[in-house]
Amino acid sequence: MSVDADTVRRVAHLARIAVAEDEVENLRGELNAILAFVEQLAEVNVEGVEPMTSVMPMAMKMREDVVTDGGIADDIVANAPAHEHHFFLVPKVVE
Amino acid sequence: MSDLTAFTLAQARDALRNKEFSALELTDAHLAAMEKARGLNAFVLETPDRARDMARASDARFAKGEGGPLEGLPLGIKDLFCTDGMRTTACSHILDNFVPTYESTVTANLWRDGAVLLGKTNNDEFAMGSSNETSHSGPVVSPWRRRGSDVKLVPGGSSGGSAAAVAAGLCIGATGTDTGGSIRQPAAFCGIVGLKPTYGRCSRWGIVAFASSLDQAGPFARSVRDCAILLRSMAGHDPKDTTSVDVTVPDYEKSIGASIKGMRIGIAKEYRLPGMAAEIEGLWQQGAQWLKDAGAQLIDISLPMTKYALPAYYIVAPAEASSNLARYDGVRYGLRVAGRDVIDMYERTRASGFGKEVRRRVMIGTYVLSAGYYDAYYLRAQKVRTLIKRDFEKCFGEGIDAILTPATPSAAFAIGEKGRADPIEMYLNDVFTVTVNMAGLPGISVPSGLDGQGLPLGLQLIGRPFEEETLFKLGAVIERAAGNFKPEPWWA
Repeated sequence: MSVDADTVRRVAHLARIAVAEDEVENLRGELNAILAFVEQLAEVNVEGVEPMTSVMPMAMKMREDVVTDGGIADDIVANAPAHEHHFFLVPKVVE
Repeated sequence: MSDLTAFTLAQARDALRNKEFSALELTDAHLAAMEKARGLNAFVLETPDRARDMARASDARFAKGEGGPLEGLPLGIKDLFCTDGMRTTACSHILDNFVPTYESTVTANLWRDGAVLLGKTNNDEFAMGSSNETSHSGPVVSPWRRRGSDVKLVPGGSSGGSAAAVAAGLCIGATGTDTGGSIRQPAAFCGIVGLKPTYGRCSRWGIVAFASSLDQAGPFARSVRDCAILLRSMAGHDPKDTTSVDVTVPDYEKSIGASIKGMRIGIAKEYRLPGMAAEIEGLWQQGAQWLKDAGAQLIDISLPMTKYALPAYYIVAPAEASSNLARYDGVRYGLRVAGRDVIDMYERTRASGFGKEVRRRVMIGTYVLSAGYYDAYYLRAQKVRTLIKRDFEKCFGEGIDAILTPATPSAAFAIGEKGRADPIEMYLNDVFTVTVNMAGLPGISVPSGLDGQGLPLGLQLIGRPFEEETLFKLGAVIERAAGNFKPEPWWA
């Protein structure tokens, strides 16, 4: 499988990465090189093989259903580019 | 006084306990060495005030007859580990000004045991790279040079700053993370020891995530014993990482010098690549002979899925990265670039904040997870991963204790030499190491010789899950036979 310029633009948008028009062709080439490299997996017979979900066999651990942390709102917003009264500020999303 | 930066970690530990010098003197000697080596660009943040405070606290504990297993020992910390109050960037522009308000579990364990923070070391951006060239802070220059040449070489990556710093004597040990070879490959390129523990051995909490099912923290040092000492402090169960395993941490140092008589060492024919350099092949045979001379048995084995590990990795790792890196949205932390609306803000922020390689991998990951392609790429890769792990399980089930392979397909290359035109050229560096991450196994890289141009080469040992002790036993045998390797200090 290989990607065309439209697919590059669509994937960039899905990934929320702005791509300039003059970058599209270059990216298309690079993505296709990687896709061509991984293409060899198609020759492996995976009939009846379970996909890996956990590399070390282990049961999912359960935690006590209690509050163990909190009261650190200052810490949570400490690195935010814009915040006010412990809220993150974003550009207007509702007209 | 002799050069305090020349000691191994174990030697310095013993000398500190015998009061031959103080922790502050040891730390000051390393801070001075770091200053002289700034041209290597191994550190992205030096923390001399914190280092001296910690060293003084260590001396106070020594004075009271106290002290932890790493008391007073100065370390470099890869910039992927969050350090409370100390800038942590993963060497990405998007985290330029990120100052964590918490400490990663692994580094907290090191400080609990008395270690001293010298600074944060350079790495490939978000650990995506094999040469440290994708760092937003610029490439690291290896302390090694080809004989008679002043061409600047890469230290390997992604943990290139840590490896270069340890090799150049700027710190006595360092932390790294390894997703596809990011500890073992730079260790091999820099002539030092590096270990990737079993998945789950060290907590991932507080480490900037790349590919969560593959990432694992581990130590770098100038001897196998030093790595064993560091791993004991780094490892352990952490309730904050549900994939960390609740298995007792052994005293790994006890493995050093233990007999390897009767151990069964697998030599896999699939690691003999067509066109492999004669030097690599020769080193591999030499390593096998050293183990045989020490009483181990060499057994030919087959790991037929080996060739599919790297392609499967380049689906699984970018897929997980695209998901993990979705958090960098210009809202909660990191860079924000203003836009017309919120979507435009996200897109501009991420285009400007991520470097070229990171953008490429996030896009590949997004593509292979997108509707209509998930089964063909991601699901198939995860099935192949099951088969890769099965190969190893079969060998271990037949009584193989460890597998010996070359660590890298070549010695270090020059800055700017690889991957410019074709990203795959760079990816092939990890061909021997990536299988280990795909199967969750422990692996160690031990310096084993120099190539014709005087550059270090390493051998890798792969072990059974949670049997790092076997790797330390075998690694120590190779180390004893091969000796130690040190670069000429041209930078000082």
